[in-house]
Amino acid sequence: MVKENKDTRVVVGMSGGVDSSVTALLLKQQGYEVIGIFMKNWDDTDEHGVCTATEDFDDVVRVCNQLDIPYFAVNFEKQYWDKVFTYFLDEYKAGRTPNPDVMCNKEIKFKAFLDHTLSLGADYVATGHYAQTRLVDGQVQLLRGVDSNKDQTYFLNQLSADVLEKVMFPLGHLPKKEVRKIAAENHLVTANKKDSTGICFIGERDFKTFLSEYLPAQPGRIQTMDGEDKGQHEGLMYYTIGQRQGLGIGGPGGPWFVVGKNLRENILYVGAGYDNPYLYSDRLIAEKANWINGVPKDTLHCTAKFRYRQKDSKVTVTVAADDRVHVEFDQLERSITPGQSVVFYQGDVCLGGATIDEIFLDNKKLDYVG
Amino acid sequence: MDAIYLDHAATTPMHPDVVTAMVEVMNETFGNSSSIHQFGRRARALLDQARRFTAQTIHADEKEIIFTSGGTEADNLAVIGTAYANQEKGKHIITTEMEHHATLHAANYLEEQGFEVTYLPVNETGRISLTDFDEALREDTILVSMMMVNNEVGIIQPIEQVGQRLKEHQAYFHTDAVQAYSLLDINVQQLGVDLLTVSGHKINGPKGVGFLYAKSNVRLHPIQYGGTQERTRRPGTENVAAIVGFHRAMELAFEDQLVRTEKYRKYQTDFVQRLKDAEIDFSINGELEDMVPTIVNISFPGANVESLLMNLDLAGIAASSGSACTAGSVEPSHVLTAMYGSDDLRAMNSIRFSFGLANTTEQIEIAAERVIEVLQRLVSK
Repeated sequence: MVKENKDTRVVVGMSGGVDSSVTALLLKQQGYEVIGIFMKNWDDTDEHGVCTATEDFDDVVRVCNQLDIPYFAVNFEKQYWDKVFTYFLDEYKAGRTPNPDVMCNKEIKFKAFLDHTLSLGADYVATGHYAQTRLVDGQVQLLRGVDSNKDQTYFLNQLSADVLEKVMFPLGHLPKKEVRKIAAENHLVTANKKDSTGICFIGERDFKTFLSEYLPAQPGRIQTMDGEDKGQHEGLMYYTIGQRQGLGIGGPGGPWFVVGKNLRENILYVGAGYDNPYLYSDRLIAEKANWINGVPKDTLHCTAKFRYRQKDSKVTVTVAADDRVHVEFDQLERSITPGQSVVFYQGDVCLGGATIDEIFLDNKKLDYVG
Repeated sequence: MDAIYLDHAATTPMHPDVVTAMVEVMNETFGNSSSIHQFGRRARALLDQARRFTAQTIHADEKEIIFTSGGTEADNLAVIGTAYANQEKGKHIITTEMEHHATLHAANYLEEQGFEVTYLPVNETGRISLTDFDEALREDTILVSMMMVNNEVGIIQPIEQVGQRLKEHQAYFHTDAVQAYSLLDINVQQLGVDLLTVSGHKINGPKGVGFLYAKSNVRLHPIQYGGTQERTRRPGTENVAAIVGFHRAMELAFEDQLVRTEKYRKYQTDFVQRLKDAEIDFSINGELEDMVPTIVNISFPGANVESLLMNLDLAGIAASSGSACTAGSVEPSHVLTAMYGSDDLRAMNSIRFSFGLANTTEQIEIAAERVIEVLQRLVSK
């Protein structure tokens, strides 16, 4: 028997931002029994004892009181450190560009947190992600959010259908502008709060300063692929493939872009011009593939994103052993980056994704990308 | 589902008679008790009555009662006020590791100001050792601050024995009696106490009012400045309505002191017995015979306090833990850490249940059932 909304307990993961505030509001309006829970995953208490989590939780409290719903806070600092931050540092050490948000969704929000909410007798967990789910032939599918500019399925590619069955994304059918409008119309205290930017644990701080607190920076040489010296880099971990800013290379011949890294010799490779051929590839191998609605039986023609907020590209996917996949591009792709997710779509349905590992052009592995 | 309140050590509901008394004052007696006209005099008369009654309850003189905004202010005034006023006699202070933060953080502040503080340890019984105390006491000790009953575990400290040891010593003796007042008989002469803290909202009175008893010979440096109220030791226009409510709460508390304490003792033992009968894995932090009847702090091995409290709340049981949970940061209880050490999981899996006026025998039964249900669901997993 299907439960009525009023008998259905939904726990909303609330960050103190406008999206999760409106998520709770909409569910409450739909008559669900709503509980707000704030997750504390990172301790950023500064020397004055000030911690952004305290401010954010205070916003959660105020919104929950406006909505007349109970609120709690839970601590996942240890799990976050073990499962997300350790991975984040390991990837940088390996010269790759990790995606901690993908890992946070997989290990924390939709695992540790989900388990916790179920222990509270929750029927569903809801978040303010811009994504949708729908039931097709007894299977839950993950769909892009209707606001194509905000769609967050890229970050949700590692979830399983079993998990999605217990998840609600009440904002998925709304454009961000509409969410702000709803917040304002309902006088939510977070209606005008600035969206958080960047990686949650770094916040507004300088990325280089943050990373240098955890990993020793080893400055080295910058070279073109022909071996021409172009100056000094501050540490390979500070650069990502395709990066233009912050290289400090002046003079003629530019603009200069990062095209690769040599971890062994600590060299940063650069190439001139946006269309520099070293930035292009036609195939990749990705690891740790997750298929939300099952592994494809045959070669799969679909579209893919190689970075968040990129347009889809047409690809052909072949499943290999050990959760690895081969992805061939219909057209050359620019600045594919190891460590980032490749996420697959069939129309608006997100099929799953994997972590980019190796990159090829004309069947030759591009060792220089790292 | 009816919510059951088992958090009386955090705060208590106001007795209806207290509300009535306060509303009457708010309607009738708005005068400033420092004013010389009849409006002022009427307010002053109410204050005088309250002060006289307050003094009687602890066998003190009414001139020795300083009304404050509550327990925290009274503790701060006692600790910081005596330290500053007596620093030419010495700069050493003794307190315990399991004090309320109102005392501990005041002591921490004094350390920053150049005072030296000894924090007496407690053992697994939650009581300080008199030998430790004797060793810590020095010629230049100017203040000993030790709570009468701990707010997290309900354990009673050997206040009288400490008082006796300080009879011939220059050090003043302060005790935070917030959790003891109205449950234990308090006679400041007999206990040898020079300063004593009580709070209104823990005895079914209003929030925002309390008192500090300061013996007539105690030199006290004020921590706020203004008019001459409370003999300049605590300036500020008196909160007459709150003090009258506090007065009424004290009267009510002493009216049926014995009946109430026996009733609470029964709640405490019944509750524990029900957990035992259900074969719940638990242990009480401290010994029941060392505790006031209103508090029992229980460790549930294998449980997580955060999750337990949320589940209890959703099951309609209001309890709490000594761990401060702010924005999801769980700081282990400093009291349980003092008792069992920082490695002991008890500091992270213990819940305080505290009983009071809001409870009935039937509620305690239902509460125990719900607690058992939640524990069986969470811990058996």
